Amino acid sequence: MDFTIAAFLMQDGLTSGAVYALLGLALVLVFSVTRVIFIPQGEFVAYGAMTLSLLDTGRFPPTAILLMVFGAAAFLLDLWEYRGRYNAAALLRSAAINLALPGAIYALALVLAPLQAGPLVKALLTVLIIAPMGMYVYRIAFRPLADVPVLVLLIVSVGLHLAMMGLGLVFFGAEGLRAQPLSNGVYMLGFLPVTAQSLWIYGITIAIIVGLYVFFEHTLLGKALRATAINRLGARLVGVRTQLTGVTAFVLAATIGAVSGILIGPITTIYYDTGFIIGLKGFVAAIIGGLASFPVTAVAAIGVGIIEAFTSFYASAYKEIIVFSLIIPVLIWLSITTAVHEDD
Amino acid sequence: MTTPSSRFLLVAGALMLLALLPLLPVPPFWITLLNNIGIASLVTIGLVLLTGVGGLTSFGQAAFCGFGAYTTAVLTTAYGFSPWLTLPLSVAMGAIIALPLGLITVRLSGHFLPLGTLAWGIAIYYLFGQIDLLGRHDGISGIPPLAIGDFRFLSGSSIYYVIWTFVILTALAAQNLLNSRIGRAIRALRGGGQAPEAFGVNVARAKLTVFVLASMTAALAGWLYAHMQRAINPTPFSISMGIEYLLMAVVGGAGHVWGAIFGASLVLVLKEALQRLLPELIGTSANFEMIVFGALLVAILQLARDGLWPLVLRLLPAGSPPSLPPAAADLEKRRPVPAGTPLIRVDKARKTFGGLVAVNDVSFEVKAGQIVGLIGPNGAGKSTTFDLITGMNHLTAGQILFNGKPLSGLSPREIARLGVARTFQHPKILPDMSVLENVALGAHLRGYSGVVKSVLHLDRPEEASLLAEAKRQIERVGLGPYMHRPAGDLALGQVRILEIARALALDPVVLLLDEPAAGLRHGEKQELAVLLRKLREEGMSILLVEHDMSFVMGLVDHLVVLDFGTRIAEGKPQEVRENPAVIAAYLGGVA
Repeated sequence: MDFTIAAFLMQDGLTSGAVYALLGLALVLVFSVTRVIFIPQGEFVAYGAMTLSLLDTGRFPPTAILLMVFGAAAFLLDLWEYRGRYNAAALLRSAAINLALPGAIYALALVLAPLQAGPLVKALLTVLIIAPMGMYVYRIAFRPLADVPVLVLLIVSVGLHLAMMGLGLVFFGAEGLRAQPLSNGVYMLGFLPVTAQSLWIYGITIAIIVGLYVFFEHTLLGKALRATAINRLGARLVGVRTQLTGVTAFVLAATIGAVSGILIGPITTIYYDTGFIIGLKGFVAAIIGGLASFPVTAVAAIGVGIIEAFTSFYASAYKEIIVFSLIIPVLIWLSITTAVHEDD
Repeated sequence: MTTPSSRFLLVAGALMLLALLPLLPVPPFWITLLNNIGIASLVTIGLVLLTGVGGLTSFGQAAFCGFGAYTTAVLTTAYGFSPWLTLPLSVAMGAIIALPLGLITVRLSGHFLPLGTLAWGIAIYYLFGQIDLLGRHDGISGIPPLAIGDFRFLSGSSIYYVIWTFVILTALAAQNLLNSRIGRAIRALRGGGQAPEAFGVNVARAKLTVFVLASMTAALAGWLYAHMQRAINPTPFSISMGIEYLLMAVVGGAGHVWGAIFGASLVLVLKEALQRLLPELIGTSANFEMIVFGALLVAILQLARDGLWPLVLRLLPAGSPPSLPPAAADLEKRRPVPAGTPLIRVDKARKTFGGLVAVNDVSFEVKAGQIVGLIGPNGAGKSTTFDLITGMNHLTAGQILFNGKPLSGLSPREIARLGVARTFQHPKILPDMSVLENVALGAHLRGYSGVVKSVLHLDRPEEASLLAEAKRQIERVGLGPYMHRPAGDLALGQVRILEIARALALDPVVLLLDEPAAGLRHGEKQELAVLLRKLREEGMSILLVEHDMSFVMGLVDHLVVLDFGTRIAEGKPQEVRENPAVIAAYLGGVA
């Protein structure tokens, strides 16, 4: 094997692997806290990438409208829940979270979009638009189903994926979009050119991993999330509001999804349905980590990225087949090493 | 007022309509839609078995459909096979592909199978598009139509009859399977694996069976699809179709075979309507129906988790209450053990969890014809001892003998086969199944019919004997009037009695009861005591774990008292009651 090619492919694999790592971590996070296997994670990636590319050309991102739609749906569900029990404080709070917040973000997007601000401003605006969607998605789809089997949550998750992918098609159309990199430029590492975008990817991935670590180890909310993950009932008994930890997990997941979209959008053309496939690669990593281990997931994601890079060079037609078939040996390995599960 | 026969008339009418429809002047478009519904129904029937009944699921059924379709397409076009010859080959292909995937996931917890099928479904879809033999993305065309003699099923209205014959036969086969010994085992999977294992059901095998069957029906659908379209490409076998099939199963109500056909019809009609309506509303013609489908899936699982078929059933006239077929022969019974023979011998049994000694060298014996009570305060190690005997947990040291043979290393299933039947402290019944069916599950090991016999209804004599035995045990414990009621309707006391009837259906040598009186009212406890005495008179041996002293005192022949994992006393109830160590354990130590 040519060393130069190998080095290029390694770099390529590391770059996409870093993004898969972020997605895999988000999936493990959501699953451990809420037991939801969050298939629509990839949709946040697509939303993020496409929002950024529209902002790049000074167009208004329709995701801001989508955010208002989600917020309104959440508000209506709250109204229905409060029916018959008039509670002004709760109603106001719901209106603030579900109507005022998306309204404000919409207004901000309306102002900022035509200004063609710098790439960082656009990236931040993108995250601002996508992140609250996690909260609404949780409210609409999952909160009413707190104590159902994992399997039902999984099917709901797939339904949500279908709906969100369809909405992506409505709002973005069937054409692919490609975003501008956060900064242009290429640095030479010996003979190997390294783009500024890949440096951004490495940097932000590491920053998010460190950020998650600090959050889980050193904040009360982070500890509450960990407690929920270890024992839901126990956490509830000692006063952890599992709804709050659920919301937090989903907002974190949406944020990570949006950031992943911002990172990967400039490297590859994103269509309304690309997110699903990208998200599933994070999944392959998360399953290797048994849907439980953050470090194993991160390392596995890098592995998935590298395998993908090499197969796309040597057997490009079989790229997806090989990447998704990786799950088979993993399941065999899990099946041999795991004790028999009695109940979910 | 509806009579039992009105339901029969309704079914007969529906069948007539189905048979006559192509002869009526309906637009060909309808026939095409009905053909598609038929094919989707086949896949969905399999998924209903898997998801609703077995508590598993798969997103990859479309891929299995593809295996069936491509198998026949290649064999008929490239090798000149007759389509009828490829039918068994296509279906077998579904099984061959499902078996290894099932084998590696059945031991994992429930969500790994769907995740596996998701990834696998995508991989297979891309694979279909890459293989030269399968025509890559263009697929295979020129597939011969089905034919009988000179008649070729070319038109939509002719293949209509082939498709719907298969649908009805498959639905009947699935229905037969559910109402059989194997079917009960599969239905029991939903309540967790513990109870079925304790009655000898091989849970992993039952899961595998249902997964393979579901894949076979999907492959059958694929075979039909190939000969209906006479050209195939990878598109209809993609993961999004796999998700659509799951939607059909969920809409129909994942637990009802006929609901599968209902779900498939509803989803496909809706899809047709949306594809006409939405472009007019929104202005472009893309696959917007996925938004509606996605939202529908979420809404149904939130609002009507059992799907819509139960709602339809409520509108239909009620069916007649099931009548038990006369049984020609009784089930085989074990030879009774002479009273006084030692049955269970626990010899210095020891169980440690890390540094904690839960059971500390405990020894005692259960003799035939005796009721032995194992009592002690909370945390005394009673339940752990119980788990050691039933194979739910394994000994650290010492041994447990049953009829002189060591039980260590045996699974709950093998221990059940030896004639040790148990109840659970937290009853594990299947609330949706009738009392009769719950008890018949207990007799699982006394029947031998497998899947093929069940599907073809060749298991009827044995099934009649199994049900007759279940009925006998229900009457023996006094639950006769509730026989056909869903077990979920019973009060806790009755549920505990139901568990005893289920255990008796195993024809056990010894009955192990885990806190049978817990949570019962005073009157219920007395009834339970009367029942247990009656069983003893009939020669049954019983070991019961309790912490209610007053319940066991007047009942048992022999008492074993545990405290902190150690046996502190043993003997007749009267002697034990006066033992200072026991008094100290129960009332607190004397300072």
